[in-house]
This record gives sequence, structure tokens and C-alpha cells, in this order.
Amino acid sequence: MTTMVHDTTTTGAATEQAPVRQLDRVVIRFAGDSGDGMQLTGDRFTSETAQLGNDIATLPNFPAEIRAPAGTLPGVSSFQLHFSASDALTPGDAPDVLVAMNPAALRANLADLRRGAAIIVDTDEFTGRQLTKVGYRANPLEDGSLDGYEVHPVPLTTLTIGALADTGVSKRDAERAKNMFALGLLSWIYARPFASTLRFLERKFATRPELAAANVTAFRAGWNYGETTEDFTVRYEVAPAPMPPGRYRNITGNAALALGLVAAGVRSELPVFLGAYPITPASDILHELSKHKRFGITTVQAEDEIAAIGAALGASYGGALGVTTTSGPGVALKGETISLAVALELPLVVIDVQRAGPSTGMPTKTEQADLDIALFGRHGEAPLAVIAPATPADCFAAAIEAARIALTYRTPVILLSDNYVANGSEPWLLPDVSRLPDLRVSFAREPNGPDGRFLPYLRDPQTMARPWAVPGTPGLAHRIGGLEKADGTGDISYDPANHDLMVRTRAARIASIPVPDLEVEDPDPDTRVLVLGWGSTYGPITAACRALRRRGLAVAQVHLRHLNPLPANLGDVLARYDRVVVPEMNLGQLARVLRARYLVDVVSHTKVEGSPFTTGELANVFERMIGDA
Amino acid sequence: MPEVALSLTARDFRSDQEVRWCPGCGDYAILAAVQGFLPELGIPRENIVFISGIGCSSRFPYYLDTYGMHSIHGRAPAIATGLSVSRPDLSVWVVTGDGDALSIGGNHLIHALRRNVNLKILMFNNRIYGLTKGQYSPTSELGKTTKSTPVGSPDTPFNPLSLALGAEASFVARTLDADRQHLQSVLRAAAAHRGSAFVEIYQNCNIFNDGAFAPLKDPDVRDDHLIRLTHGEPIRFGADGRFCVTHPPGGFGLVVRRTAEVPAGEIVVHDESVTDPAYAFALTRLSGSDLGTTPVGVFRAIDRPCYDDTVRTQLAHATATMPHDPTGMLAELLDSGDTWTIG
Repeated sequence: MTTMVHDTTTTGAATEQAPVRQLDRVVIRFAGDSGDGMQLTGDRFTSETAQLGNDIATLPNFPAEIRAPAGTLPGVSSFQLHFSASDALTPGDAPDVLVAMNPAALRANLADLRRGAAIIVDTDEFTGRQLTKVGYRANPLEDGSLDGYEVHPVPLTTLTIGALADTGVSKRDAERAKNMFALGLLSWIYARPFASTLRFLERKFATRPELAAANVTAFRAGWNYGETTEDFTVRYEVAPAPMPPGRYRNITGNAALALGLVAAGVRSELPVFLGAYPITPASDILHELSKHKRFGITTVQAEDEIAAIGAALGASYGGALGVTTTSGPGVALKGETISLAVALELPLVVIDVQRAGPSTGMPTKTEQADLDIALFGRHGEAPLAVIAPATPADCFAAAIEAARIALTYRTPVILLSDNYVANGSEPWLLPDVSRLPDLRVSFAREPNGPDGRFLPYLRDPQTMARPWAVPGTPGLAHRIGGLEKADGTGDISYDPANHDLMVRTRAARIASIPVPDLEVEDPDPDTRVLVLGWGSTYGPITAACRALRRRGLAVAQVHLRHLNPLPANLGDVLARYDRVVVPEMNLGQLARVLRARYLVDVVSHTKVEGSPFTTGELANVFERMIGDA
Repeated sequence: MPEVALSLTARDFRSDQEVRWCPGCGDYAILAAVQGFLPELGIPRENIVFISGIGCSSRFPYYLDTYGMHSIHGRAPAIATGLSVSRPDLSVWVVTGDGDALSIGGNHLIHALRRNVNLKILMFNNRIYGLTKGQYSPTSELGKTTKSTPVGSPDTPFNPLSLALGAEASFVARTLDADRQHLQSVLRAAAAHRGSAFVEIYQNCNIFNDGAFAPLKDPDVRDDHLIRLTHGEPIRFGADGRFCVTHPPGGFGLVVRRTAEVPAGEIVVHDESVTDPAYAFALTRLSGSDLGTTPVGVFRAIDRPCYDDTVRTQLAHATATMPHDPTGMLAELLDSGDTWTIG
């Protein structure tokens, strides 16, 4: 794909006021102060757009500070939305439209725009102090510096206050509704259906009807402004994307993870127990799951990260599906308990919504740099399963897969999401619930050893899993712990040969978890370059590969869901191509694994800027590789 | 919790594992007392779980024929919280030590107590790190000479019961390893308490801190040091009750005085149900590192909401109004919010 607007046709069909132009895709970025309600505005525009049947990808970008000083660069919050008549695999590289609610929002985002992009600014904010605060010596709306853009100066604040003059709301409340004025204007320009937004406003301000009315009025005023002013001469339409039939909803990665965990509970018929400690960007999973108690889900907000996973492990020991959710710093703290779970061989799902590190790093920015800690970050030989979702909606299936592996193979599983998929959103084709994987397990009920003894470490020959004998089961009382256990009996053992056997067995049981073979997307017979990715890079990698193929270049693509164990055919796949490129938002952590494991000289392409790859930069990298191969 | 008429004995609670504490360790006496007490609970063995951390005391679960987990250092209260909250049919006990509970696991202990999780927490206090061979612990006396403090410990110790009360503990007690009858009476009270029960057990480490509690055990002197608290009884101790506990004429707290000098009406009558923690706190301050006058028994046992019950009530409330059709509910949940149909 490309980020340019494809002006495919100009239809003769026009409303009374403005001709309508058909576009293939549009990228809009709403930017303002963190208090300006840009995330909400973006969410509403997304919802209106989804209902039109466009394909969508979104990306919010907000500061870690809850309210940085008003009007400053660090306080800028933005929401980018890409909607398309074909596929929207990423939120888009360069916005076609920027809505800038103040000079800070303009300054912080201008460099990302393509030349010729439309900029809608609230001129009321472009005054002395607001300008100097962010380093503008002259008003950029007047000094010619925006000549390369299509600037639409709109006194948003004044117009909003004016529109609400007779409603009786305070000036401050009226001013706060200016984001709805902007949304109304954008909704008019792009011919979005707005009934759901009006319903949303009625719901959101249900306890303060005067504010609901004011926001609705502001929205309509924005719409009407577009219709009556002569500044906007064209309206745009983006046709629905061809998508498989079915029911859809727009969903973020964190919400999809939470729903996947609910589904895992239903399909396993086990109570889900979440132990969590608040941490950005994972907390939304805790918020979401805590709303679903009616499914028998227990959420415990623990005193720290260690207690959070401890409680989850305790619940797993008692026969629940234990889950803990966190981000990188929390994974570090949980390491000792994850190792205990490895030794105890109990099911446990550990969700790491990665953010830029090390240490506190950039908590609201994305990165994939926790692959090393997921694969290797424990003391002793402590292997476990690791998987990663590729897109926001894919988080639903990934959560179910994590639970399936944990329950079937009695092992901790680390699911590596990241801030990009967690807060990004896309349309999700709702699954048929009855066709989700059957996750039911059998608890041990009877002694399994000679003379009616129970052997807690006697393994299932198929899965190598030990019996899950939960407290309360008569005749199976036994003791487990972190000390090395004798094979079979689970008694404490310092026997050297037994330790060697147990270490190798724990490694073998993870290595032998069956993982689906990779299917390479490679439409060209003579392809020499393979792009291999994992996790949230799926969108930009796929978009870049498709863009190159549209230009007649041959490139193959494959994406890893399972990072441990790796698919059995991965070695063969790597060997098939002259060159393998591995883009990662870290310094080459997967590349190192592939080199060590398969002795293949993969090319590592990395970026750690806290933001996802753009389609354009990846297409350039891949094109260079194709040229060199 | 299933309660049945059982004819279990102490022997039924012995596991097949060889007990491997040092000969003479106070842990043997505690183990025997617990094994002797458990049949009284009338709970099937499989519904009892002992969870421990790391340290000498934390080997405890291996020697009991119940369900058990020897977990990681300091984390037993956290793991036990997850188990207890999700399994109301179990009797969950935590076995820990002074280093495990108060040093590396201090955070989990205080939060389990403030939440009032339904756990019986037995903290074996020997005032030393035994398993790592003799470093000072968070209950070692100021100035104590150990392997890691050759010129004396610079640390002020915790008073574990004061700490527990500061953490809003609803049940706080202290007993001694060597006094089986008293130990079992405290276990009985702890087991009967709904919520967190924190029991400090003074335990002798005969290898690294031998005689730490001698003043409370030596038959010749112990009566003048040991204050046996009995609910509803005036607090008197010493030969013929020659000492008593009373309120100071001015100021806060409680003091020890000669009974002969105190009008009978001014001797404090012990009441473990006093809701103001200041009373139990004052009792805990009667002794410090020096063990001069050390109360044992149940300091505090009050009713307040138990975390497990509150969490389960919320769950029950949420599930009660729903038809039991998880698949249908799930389909409905997924199909909520702003949805649309294509094709």
C-alpha cells in the first residue's frame, strides 16, 4: 500500500453544496492537548468509519504524563486513523489530514505530513503566548511556512462557543466541546454516518443532559460549518472495503486479549483468575476483565508484580486458569515465580504488553525488546512456550492459543503483545463461539502409581504433561515445590543423574509442543528474498511486501506466531531463500535466535524509536535486499 | 468446607518423607504439635493445604500428609491468597519464618493481613537466618554479633506483632515451640478465626541462635517473664501473680507493676475482642528484644470482612442474575459495542 491519496474518480454526483470525490484511502491524524479529547474524537470517527464498511487501522499516541502543561509539546496527544476501500494493514505512514487543535499539535506533527496534506487548525489558539510556548517566533499560519500544505484555518473555539451561546452551559464547558465541533466537520468532509456518535454522547453524558445537548449541538455545528463555509469545496467518499461477510466490531489489542481470556475460560470450563498490578500499557486488560465477573472471572489487583503472578500461580494450583498481565519491568519482577511455575509444571498465562525499555523507558511507546527476557530471562534452565499476536484483532486468538498451550502442556506461556497492537485497533470479524478450540482438561482423580500411590511427576506419554491433581481430591495429597524433584514421585532429590534427566525432560517437553508449520506467502516462483517477522510488525511488513509486488518485485513473507518452540519447518523455509530479512523493533533479538539455531546469516533490520515501522521504510529496505540478492 | 466425622490421628498427618531439620531444632516440636492438632479440625486431609516460602521452617509442608507447596522466598502469602480466594473449600495455612515473612516477603505479609485473606499464617521466629547459616534477621537484637555482623548488628528489629497490628491484622497471637499445649490452644483459636490469623511462634535454633528464648523457657525464671493472656481474665503473672498489667497514671499504653501496689480494679482484664488496635498494640509493646515481660496467647481476635468472602460475594452477585449459558453469554459479549454486518 501507499500513503498517498489515490484520487481514483471524481463523480458527478454531488450534494447541493459540494462535489463528492472518491478516494481509495485516507489517513487522518487528530492532534491536540492531552485535555482536548483527541482520543475520544478519534475513537468516534473510527466507529463512524467502521460502520461504513471501510477497512481501518488506528494508532493512538499519547504522553505518559496524564496532563502535561497545557499547550506544550510534551502535552500533545494524537490519534491516527487509516481507512480504506481496500486493505488497511497499518495506521498509515504519513497523514493526509492533520487536525491541529493548537500550535503545539501543529509543531509536533507537521514533520510527519506529506507535502500537500490538509491541515485544519483552530486559529483561536494561534496567538502570542501559545505560539511562543512551543518556539514559534512568527505565526506559522501567516509566515508562509505552510505554503506547501492545504491549510484550513477555522476558529474552532469561537465557533463552538458561539454555537452553544444559547444553551446555558458555562463558557468552559462550551469550549471543551470544540473537539465535537471538529469531529462534526470531519464527519461532513468524509461523509460519515453520525447517528452512533449522537447516541454515544447521550450515553456518555447521561447524568448531565445539558452537556449531552451541548456536545450534540457542537457536533452539528461542525457538520453545518462544513456544509455552509466555502473553505471546504469538496467532500470525499471512501467506498467500503471488500471484507468477508459477517459481524464486525472495531477492537483494540488489549480488549481482544481480555475477551480471548474470557473465551478461554468458557471453552475450558475453568474459572479464570487474573492477578495483576497496574502498569502501562497493560492495565486495560485488568480493567476489562474486572467487568466480566458474571463469567466467574476473579481479578485481584495485587500489592506488586510478584504477588500478582504468585496469586495467579496459587489459583492455577487450585485448578483455575491463572493469568497475569504486565509489561517489561513487571516481567523482570515475575521471573522467579515464572521459574517456579516451570518447576511445578502448572498452567500459567503471562501476558507482556511490551513497551520501550530498559527500565521505565518510554511507557507509552512501543517496542519488541522483551523477546530475550521471554525466551531466556530466568535462572536455571527454565524453558517455556512463547507466542505473539500479529494484529489487534489477532490478540483474541492468541490469548486462546496461550491458554490452550498452558492447559494442555501444563506450562507457563508468555504472550508478547506490545503497545502498538494493544492500543491500535482494527475491524474484527466476530468468531463463531461454538467453533473456538475446546480447552477442557481432565484433572487427576485416581492414584496413578503402584500400591495406590500418587506420582505427581508421572507424565502423560503424549503431551509429557504431569497430572493436574488439585487440592481437595481425595487420595492424591502430595507436596510440590521449587526443590528438584525425583522423576515420577516428585520427592525432593539431589541425585545428579535425576537432575540431569529432569532438566532435559523439562526442555524436551517444551520443545516437543506441536506447532503448526509455517505457510509462506510467496506468489512468485523465482523469489529470492524472504521477509520474516513476528508480533506487531505484521501490518507494515505485509503492506510493504504487497506494495513491492504491485510494482512487479518478488518478495516472500512469513510471520511467526510461535516463538518457542519454533515451527518444525522453519529451518527448511529459511534454507529456501538466498536472503532472509528480519525486521524487529529491537536490536535483532529474533535474528540472533535464528542465526544460533539454524546457522543462517539472516539480515537484521531494526528500529527502536518507540513507534512502529512505516510501510515506506520497510519497502525501501526490502527493495534494496531484492536488488542485492 | 467439608466437615465430616473423621477418626484421623496425628499419624495420619505424617508424610512418608524423612524429616531433615538439625537434631534439637524447635521445628520438630512445632511439627509434632501441628500434626497432633490437625485431626481436631475435622477437615479431610485433602482439603488442607500448607504453603511455605524458603528457609528452615518452610520445609514444613513436605512432612505433612496434606496438599502442600514449598514455594519461593517470601511469596507464600501471595500464592496462598490466589489459592484461598479461588478455593473456599480449602483450609489454607502458610508456614514462614522471620526472614521469609518480615524481610524478603514483608510486602506480601502486610497486604495479606490488611486484606484479611482467610489464611492461617504461622511465623516461626528464631531471630536468625538458619538455612543460610547464621546471618542476622529482621528480628535479631540490635547489636547482635553474627556472621554478617561481626561487630554487632546496626539494625533495629521489628516487633512482628506490632507490625501485624499496624497492617490491620484481625487476629494476632504468639506462642512457644516448647509449650505444646499452649501452641495447640493458639492454633485452635487461629483455625476458628475467619480471616487472616497471624501466629508468631518463638522457635529455638540450637545451631545458630541457641537459647534465644531461654528466659521464657527456663522453669526457674520463666514465670516472671511470661505473661499468659487469657480472654476475660485479669492479666497477672509471676509467682502467685505478683506482677500485673495496668494503665499508666499518665501517658499511653500499658505497664507492668507489682500486683500488691495496684488496686484490683485497675488490673487490665484481657479482652481479645477490643476493636481499637491500640489495646493489642500496647500489649505487644510490653516486650521487645529483651523478652523481659513477654505476653503469649491471643492478643487480638476481631471480626471484620474477610477478603475471600467479599470477592466471592461479588462473584456470586454477578453470576446469580445470569442464566447459566456461558457460550451464549460469550457470543453476546463479543457481539456488543459498535458492531456492523457485512454481506
